[in-house]
Amino acid sequence: MAILETQQLTYVYSEGTPFQKTAVDNVNLKIDEGEMVGVMGHTGSGKSTLIQHFNGLLRPTSGKILLDGEDIWADKKKIRDVRFKVGLVFQYPEYQIFEETVYKDIAFGPKNMGLDEAEIKRRILETANDLGLKEELLQRSPFELSGGQKRRVAIAGVMAMNPRVLILDEPTAGLDPAGRDKILGHIKKYHERTKNTILIVSHSMEDIAGFADKILVMNKSKLFCYDETEKVFARAEELSAIGLDVPQITKVFMKLKAQGLDFGKDVYTMEYAKNLLLKKLSERGGA
Amino acid sequence: MLKDITIGQYFPGSSLIHRLDPRFKIIILFIYILMLFAGDSFICLGVGAVFTVFAILLSRIPMKMFLKSLKPLLPVLLLTALMNLFFVTSGDVIFKWKFIKITSEAVSISIFMFVRITLLIMGSSLLTYTTSPITLTDAIERLLSPLKKLKMPVHELAMMMSIALRFIPTLFEETEKIMSAQKARGAEIDSGSLTARAKNMVSILVPLFISSFRRADELATAMECRCYRGGEGRTRLRQLKSAPRDYIALTITLMFYICNLIVGKL
Repeated sequence: MAILETQQLTYVYSEGTPFQKTAVDNVNLKIDEGEMVGVMGHTGSGKSTLIQHFNGLLRPTSGKILLDGEDIWADKKKIRDVRFKVGLVFQYPEYQIFEETVYKDIAFGPKNMGLDEAEIKRRILETANDLGLKEELLQRSPFELSGGQKRRVAIAGVMAMNPRVLILDEPTAGLDPAGRDKILGHIKKYHERTKNTILIVSHSMEDIAGFADKILVMNKSKLFCYDETEKVFARAEELSAIGLDVPQITKVFMKLKAQGLDFGKDVYTMEYAKNLLLKKLSERGGA
Repeated sequence: MLKDITIGQYFPGSSLIHRLDPRFKIIILFIYILMLFAGDSFICLGVGAVFTVFAILLSRIPMKMFLKSLKPLLPVLLLTALMNLFFVTSGDVIFKWKFIKITSEAVSISIFMFVRITLLIMGSSLLTYTTSPITLTDAIERLLSPLKKLKMPVHELAMMMSIALRFIPTLFEETEKIMSAQKARGAEIDSGSLTARAKNMVSILVPLFISSFRRADELATAMECRCYRGGEGRTRLRQLKSAPRDYIALTITLMFYICNLIVGKL
């Protein structure tokens, strides 16, 4: 059963002015419950505009967005409930922090939902644990934390609302490789615990390849493809034609294939590649 | 909400109005304002209106944008009109209900004021729509440069103005972004009770202040890195040069002004 669905979704910016631009053009897709989806596309391909439709921040110029099969714009007054079900973490979310303590800032969303104190506390401790934020940090001012910690506090603020769909817009932008792996690891942990649907927007194929079940590619305001990870990466040439790149490791294996060493399946993670090679080597050793 | 505000917005183009020397445009705007306030008959306003429409057509910017510029100021316009409607007591009474008395003169004065301010806003919008903020401040600096003799920090003022103008759109963008982020966390900004909205303003203002200070700090560092030391001995990349068309435009404006004065005396 699809949790999120779009039908002929189209969005036009600044309609009727000299700056008019179609940012999302006739997008139809279905996202199933519990999936981990990677969203990719070039800068200005419309991916950020698309995800802002999923929680009703933008209203489509035409077309529909269905959450659990219901049009989210059917009743305008209920749009706030949609935002509790579909959580959105913006790019550089640390700039939205405003409270005096980490605890209070994470509590902002849950409080808006009208939860009681005990439930709020339980959720904060849970998400803080998921994101590796130590308990003593919760009473500190968020403004004295490091950049990576601030980022995690901001993500926790949305995660604590326990949305059924969590959307993260470039959660690793501007972080060093260690910080990037850390955040992605935490998101994975959260996914395993809650089994919630997750959408991650990212520029980096390597980021996404590691754990996305499916990949959604936007190109020039249109949906380029939405399919299982391996099937998307199998179209490497098309992807590079629209300015995207497949992971390094996939390229290496494509070259190997061209030279006659075929491993059958497409390879897009380091771990998988390592196992494949080791297996191949031991087969040879045994022969 | 925020996207309705078009003040200070610039629409790039290459129409005659776009190409005019910004110094002349400012002087022309000044004469235009004098023209609107000099006469007090509808015919005088008519002359102003003709001039405005003429200039707008020349600028090739859709009329819709000018109506849009009025939108955020509509409450002020209506308030002015209503004040005049109720508080002008001279002339014949045409409507009476309890303590409210509306006279014929009040009606004509309120319409007059409404049109006058509308024209004023449209004319000023035309200047910012067709002149990029940078050239505009350049022009202001040049026009004010005689004041340097009086030890006025003209360059510094112009620099402050251009920085402020430059960051208006950035600030709007930032506000919009923070608003979206807080809305995603369930903050009631467009909806909900007044107290809830006021409370939620904190969640927008705090991040906005923090990022503004951060940006100011970064900009100051960037300017120092490029050895900015104020206006002394500073030359400019784009020199303002006046062309015959500027003098023609000025002459036409002056003709309108004189025409306006004559019509007013009739």
